[in-house]
Amino acid sequence: MACTAEGVAAALRAAAEVIAEHRTELVDLDRAIGDADHGENLSRGFTAIVSALETAVPETPAGVLKLAATTLISKVGGAAGPLYGTAFLRASAKVGDAAELDVPLLLDALRAALEGVQARGKAVGGDATMVDALIPAVSAAEGTADGTIAEVLTAAADGADRGAESTVDLIPRKGRASYLGERAVGHMDPGARSTALLLRAFAEAAR
Amino acid sequence: MTVGIVLVSHSAKLAEGLAELAAQMAPDVRIVPAGGLPDGGGIGTDYDEVVAATQRADSGDGVVLLYDLGSAQMTAELAVESLADPSAAVVVDAPLVEGAVAAAVAAQGGANTKAVGEAAASAGVAPDLAAVEPSAAGEEGVVEKEFTLTNDVGLHARPAAVVVRSLAEFEAEVSIRLGEQEADAHSVLALMSLGARQGDRIVVRARGAQASEAVAKVAELVESNFGE
Repeated sequence: MACTAEGVAAALRAAAEVIAEHRTELVDLDRAIGDADHGENLSRGFTAIVSALETAVPETPAGVLKLAATTLISKVGGAAGPLYGTAFLRASAKVGDAAELDVPLLLDALRAALEGVQARGKAVGGDATMVDALIPAVSAAEGTADGTIAEVLTAAADGADRGAESTVDLIPRKGRASYLGERAVGHMDPGARSTALLLRAFAEAAR
Repeated sequence: MTVGIVLVSHSAKLAEGLAELAAQMAPDVRIVPAGGLPDGGGIGTDYDEVVAATQRADSGDGVVLLYDLGSAQMTAELAVESLADPSAAVVVDAPLVEGAVAAAVAAQGGANTKAVGEAAASAGVAPDLAAVEPSAAGEEGVVEKEFTLTNDVGLHARPAAVVVRSLAEFEAEVSIRLGEQEADAHSVLALMSLGARQGDRIVVRARGAQASEAVAKVAELVESNFGE
């Protein structure tokens, strides 16, 4: 699928389905270390994105990403709203007015999203947050820079899966989970898991 | 024209109550609460509400945003980033209650966003009460005078705020001493922590070009029971 505005919109619709399917799983992960609302909040946010896209699909990929950003910021509470909102907003700003994303633009957008999340949440690798999924995702995507969009996104999703898995053994240093300290070890970070789910949905949509 | 203040809290009640409290000390400052989720939706922070509050708080001189916990900081920062002019507002890491009071008083005194933010941030540090030698009088350029507090609450929040506000217009460093402790008379929190009550004798010391005027102003305030 071409990475036009409609292509990005399709990827977001696919992501909404995946998040809805995994809502309970994300709630359960969050219950172990947080306040058990991550799946609910994210699902509400992506449902709102799908509704907004039914009304009108913006003309450019950047427009669609910005719509996703503002919707997530408004509809998703907790830390996930501003964090995912920032990720989509920075990605949107990076791709500018391009009518279609190519691999270099996609990589720029992924890097901008990671930088945005890190700037907003002040988290680094190893803190047991979504950053632990995003860092290996971006790094794996950069390693396949000569591939297709689908290959790049698949590599990113694979990287994010590994990253999310790595949070199981980490002591959280950010957010509510950090209050639990060592007691949080053994639990996957819900934000890292949802990041992996989103990237996998985007990769599947791009095939 | 003064700097506006936005209080971002997970709780609507907390934000509203604090706005009410801070407004007692800064009648001319726009202090806008932005707490809780929309439509009585409970505990959380609402990005749209924070953006709207920031716009309402801005009378053209800028806005300082304070927050309570966790994602409130991110929401506040994102709201600022999304403003037409992000440099018009600043998010400050400060204890919410003390910071809001200190920021409100600084804004009332005409401070700019930077100074209001610093006043809020420094409210987290224990007030600087210096133990002083009682024999410091007679120093050149220093005006010193003793007063007895006759108002009901002593140097409590509102009178302290009146002192800080009134002294802002003078070119003078002013301190107030109670017994062995001395507080910077430009800091409402420092004055409050002196714990000066009705009947206490305080010593006002001022230094600078308008030292006499500053001490005279304090005299006027004490005599008028701080306008209460």
